[in-house]
Amino acid sequence: MAAAMAGCSAAAPAETGKGAGGSNTTVELLNVSYDPTREFYQDINKEFASEWQQKTGQTVTIKQSHGGSGKQSRSVIDGLEADVVTLALAYDIDAIAEHGLIPADWQKKRSKNSSPYTSTIVFLVRKGNPKQIKDWDDLIKPGISVITPNPKTSGGARWNYLAAWGYALKTNGGDEAKAQEFVAQLFKNVPVLDSGARGSTTTFVERGMGDVLIAWENEAYLAVNELGKDKFEIVNPSVSILAEPPVTLVDKYADKHKTREVAEAYLQFLYTKKGQELAAKHYYRPRSQEVLKAHKPAFPDIQLFTIDELFGGWTKAQKTHFADQGVFDQLYKP
Amino acid sequence: MRKSLHNRGFLPGFGMTMGYTIIYLSLLVLIPLSVLFLKASTMSWEQFIGTIMDTRVLASIRVSIMTSFFAACLNAVFGVLVAWVLVRYQFAGKRIIDGIVDLPFALPTAVGGIALTSIYAENGWIGQYLAEWGIKVAYTPIGIWVALTFIGLPFVVRTVQPVLQDWDLQMEEAAATLGATRWNTFWRVVLPHLLPAIITGFALAFARALGEYGSVVFISGNMPLKTEIVPLLIMTKLEQFDYAGATAIATVMLVISFVMLLVINYLQWKINKFDAAR
Repeated sequence: MAAAMAGCSAAAPAETGKGAGGSNTTVELLNVSYDPTREFYQDINKEFASEWQQKTGQTVTIKQSHGGSGKQSRSVIDGLEADVVTLALAYDIDAIAEHGLIPADWQKKRSKNSSPYTSTIVFLVRKGNPKQIKDWDDLIKPGISVITPNPKTSGGARWNYLAAWGYALKTNGGDEAKAQEFVAQLFKNVPVLDSGARGSTTTFVERGMGDVLIAWENEAYLAVNELGKDKFEIVNPSVSILAEPPVTLVDKYADKHKTREVAEAYLQFLYTKKGQELAAKHYYRPRSQEVLKAHKPAFPDIQLFTIDELFGGWTKAQKTHFADQGVFDQLYKP
Repeated sequence: MRKSLHNRGFLPGFGMTMGYTIIYLSLLVLIPLSVLFLKASTMSWEQFIGTIMDTRVLASIRVSIMTSFFAACLNAVFGVLVAWVLVRYQFAGKRIIDGIVDLPFALPTAVGGIALTSIYAENGWIGQYLAEWGIKVAYTPIGIWVALTFIGLPFVVRTVQPVLQDWDLQMEEAAATLGATRWNTFWRVVLPHLLPAIITGFALAFARALGEYGSVVFISGNMPLKTEIVPLLIMTKLEQFDYAGATAIATVMLVISFVMLLVINYLQWKINKFDAAR
């Protein structure tokens, strides 16, 4: 199924190229994305534009919009005319679909769950790992201070929370009560709940609070590279979640702007070798095994589970865990 | 005042300017705010009460009102002091100081919040010394208080300043010749005269603080039941695409603010009457 899809999508840009090339010489796309992808999509846009120009003679300019994933999704719902959205979690795109801008089965339309690159949740600790943090179990020990944003306001934090939950499930033979106890214990060690992932990184890195930051792998790499290899190091837990930031076409606006073909080609470009290379360069785990292998040292083996396996998809996870009076509200009582 | 309304012939264009005022206010204030009520009214009464009476919501309303109130109080005291210094004394760099007062207006509040947090965090410039005394500022209600004082600072200064400027020094001289001490003069003569302006400044700073989001989210630590402010909770609801819940909380805050502003206006009116009667 996936192979068939990849096959037909590879053919698509070439076909549209002939048609589109003659009539319009310029086209504009709006990519509404979330916060940490700014630099990544700058690279992607440059590469894609030159490739598209070669294929079709058409000049494509891609405008970018970044912000918190949930906020970006609300902007699209409220009328920001994005041709494509590339957000942090499927739940935020589901919300757009609920408002009729995207068909409900959007996630099945592109291969790999519509997420061309992935990431996972790792730990960032201070150089030398003074508290000897090796795995999730260490985070619930007394005296360990853990920094993670508020799952109610931050999409990234929801991945962190579910990663911890999944670990506890896996190590306790699927016992939900034990998992809840584990996560409650973990959040007892959280002294500050920032409203977003970048805020938490600042709290950990700049304010010097906490012994460990739970973060996306690519964010952890950014923090280490930009703020000092001599100050921080990354710890990979034994088990973590496969974060699948999804991408999709916003059908209603793409049709309105008559940009469907180029927008689809843009998304498919993310799956190509070049797109995958760029993802790896920005520390997103590429889907392509070949590219992944080439960047092996950056992406060590971690046993990864998906949200569909353990939580039955985003909408269900959201409802069970993060809605008001949900599990998070019950377990988190400071 | 009432008389001038009747004699509208003296001032040309009353009808037009009044019409303009009403349209302007409607487009910018009344219509957007009534949409809030409309959105909130999509909930049933039980849902509405359920949303509002939630422990976290109540706790955040308490935090927001308390910290805003104390911030406005602090500004009422020290704002008068700043205004006093700026009006009464001549010193080098006065213009610059006068300009600094407005900075919290001009700055994006998030920038202010980040700056305050970095200074008052436990490893910050000031925070490290306070920490020695066991005082934690960042990530506690005190931090929220600091942020709200920061954004409210210009209000009291800028409302009191012109009143002080217009103030006739002869009143103080008269008090002095009648044998009043300087403290007595300030307390019994100057302060009552300033009171309406101080109250206005207080009300403005208070109202501004209630709605403040950007500067507070960084310094408060956002701990539920402890340092969560109402605007953050509204953002939380929006993050769950719960528009109705968000507007319900917003509506309640709006009503609370409006009632408080009315009470403050009433107080001011009383004081003005009292002042005029003397």
